[in-house]
Amino acid sequence: MFYRETGQFKTSYAADQQIFPIRQDRIGIVLLLAFAFLALPLFASNYWFNAILIPFLIFALAALGLNILTGYAGQLSLGSAAFMAVGAYAAYNFQVRVDGMPVLLSFILAGMTAAGVGILFGLPSLRIKGFYLAVATLAAQFFIVWCLTKFPYLSNNSSSGVISVPNVEILGFKFDTPQSRYLLVLTIVSVLALLAKNMVRSTTGRAWMAVRDMDVAAEVIGIRLMRTKLLAFAVSSFYCGVAGALYAFCYLGSVEPDGFSLDLSFKILFMIIVGGVGSILGSFLGAAFILLLPIFLDIALPALSELLGLPFGSATVSHIQLMIFGALIMFFLIVEPHGLARLWQIGKEKLRLWPFPH
Amino acid sequence: MARQIGEVILDLKNISLRFGGVKALTDISFNVREHEIRAIIGPNGAGKSSMLNVINGVYHPQEGEIIFRGEHRKDMNTHEAAAAGFARTFQNIALFKGMSVLDNLMTGRNLKMKSNFLQHALWWGPAKREELEHRRKVEEVVDFLEIEHIRKTPVGRLPYGLQKRVELGRALAAEPSILLLDEPMAGMNVEEKQDMCRFILDVNDQLGTTIVLIEHDMGVVMDISDRVVVLDYGKKIGDGEPDEVKNNPEVIAAYLGTQH
Repeated sequence: MFYRETGQFKTSYAADQQIFPIRQDRIGIVLLLAFAFLALPLFASNYWFNAILIPFLIFALAALGLNILTGYAGQLSLGSAAFMAVGAYAAYNFQVRVDGMPVLLSFILAGMTAAGVGILFGLPSLRIKGFYLAVATLAAQFFIVWCLTKFPYLSNNSSSGVISVPNVEILGFKFDTPQSRYLLVLTIVSVLALLAKNMVRSTTGRAWMAVRDMDVAAEVIGIRLMRTKLLAFAVSSFYCGVAGALYAFCYLGSVEPDGFSLDLSFKILFMIIVGGVGSILGSFLGAAFILLLPIFLDIALPALSELLGLPFGSATVSHIQLMIFGALIMFFLIVEPHGLARLWQIGKEKLRLWPFPH
Repeated sequence: MARQIGEVILDLKNISLRFGGVKALTDISFNVREHEIRAIIGPNGAGKSSMLNVINGVYHPQEGEIIFRGEHRKDMNTHEAAAAGFARTFQNIALFKGMSVLDNLMTGRNLKMKSNFLQHALWWGPAKREELEHRRKVEEVVDFLEIEHIRKTPVGRLPYGLQKRVELGRALAAEPSILLLDEPMAGMNVEEKQDMCRFILDVNDQLGTTIVLIEHDMGVVMDISDRVVVLDYGKKIGDGEPDEVKNNPEVIAAYLGTQH
């Protein structure tokens, strides 16, 4: 009733090809951005910024990066955490070694360094596909973490590779409160998400999806497989690299190579699987699900058991929490294997007809 | 406007293709004239699809020569072939299933787009302009094939007959000079076949596109093609106008068997 495009006629291709062709979507996104940029900074507490909002945005960015590679270009990768590590360490090195290097520039350069490394580890994709490629990207995961531990130069000779990043300062403004860091991360993530959306709805994205869906036909049409796949690796790694830099600079403040382990790669992979493979929105939904649900259960379960007077110890509660988390992942995957983004889309289609069945 | 069949534009000479010890094609020569509809027929496993794959560079023959518009080559490569104006459809539909009909057709025009991924990311200048220009072209194809109602449907959800039509659309979107159709009517019912025939004839007639097609439905082949080449076990056993081929004893033997 409220969500339908009836009466919204498109009279030009430009109007038909805009990012959000339906007016309600446009209003929705403006409201969401206004809420994120204006309302949240006023009301949220430091705990919310530090423990929930900032990591959510950073992981959404990493998931978005992986989604470009896996969801759009169809190249399975288990190296996302390693590319994040490249980004974090590259940004750190640019900051430490180059005097007066602007932070934003070092983030971009970190992304580009990660892109370079991504292209290198994307080379096997020219010969192998699917699970075999995933195993090949595992090499990136182990090799990069090993490198960062092995060569002290990369961590500026700190012991065991731990780096403590300097404070973020842009044009004299110090990002030293959680609130300001949140706004910085939000801005970067919003801009990069917009760029990603533009890429996937243009020739670049169509080439990626063509390679994903039917590579022989793509080749016959004149798409160069090598260029397309490596571009996907580069762009994906760029996003992961920037996410890694933000992870170090705006979230943790100090990171070590082992923090970027295979576990983290899997976590990002689960985010896109739960959220929706091949969907920008899905990256955000997936990150929210995987990160926020445990926190929510953490708070809700003890409160609930206290409320009902159940005789559970804290250990039991944390076990139950894991069980519920796992069960919910399975539930959502069974209900909709294409992820939360698809569920959202189906919901919207239902809403178009509501309250009439036809 | 009467259709004018022109000069030979594609000449295949003594093509032989082997996969290890299997001889897929042996010493095959035939040519295609501009604006004509050229059919390749033959029993299963005769090497028809291999022949198309040689023409647009998916396979590289061990021997022989391909002369396209006066240019001699040993073989083609897919990118060159696409750039030179070859487009094709596949025997088993090879559409991009996750994309909408429009996006599939737009992908067909990728070689004509010059903007790079940074411009795409910023949706700026040439990227935006190209997107609109090519959309206009794609809409012409959509009109032509009468698929307006499904433009935004993901291809994977369409019925088989429409998917075949969209695949033809994707090939047409590239504005090819030679269209290679691998069994465009396989698995269709009579009405769908009639539609497809009409589209093929219209493409040939109105756009002047040269067409090379593989088809098993002899009625269709004999009706719409100008010349037919017949393959059997990787060898050419007949070549000529439909009537000629129909009465060729070797062709009859290949299809019906001989009396021993």
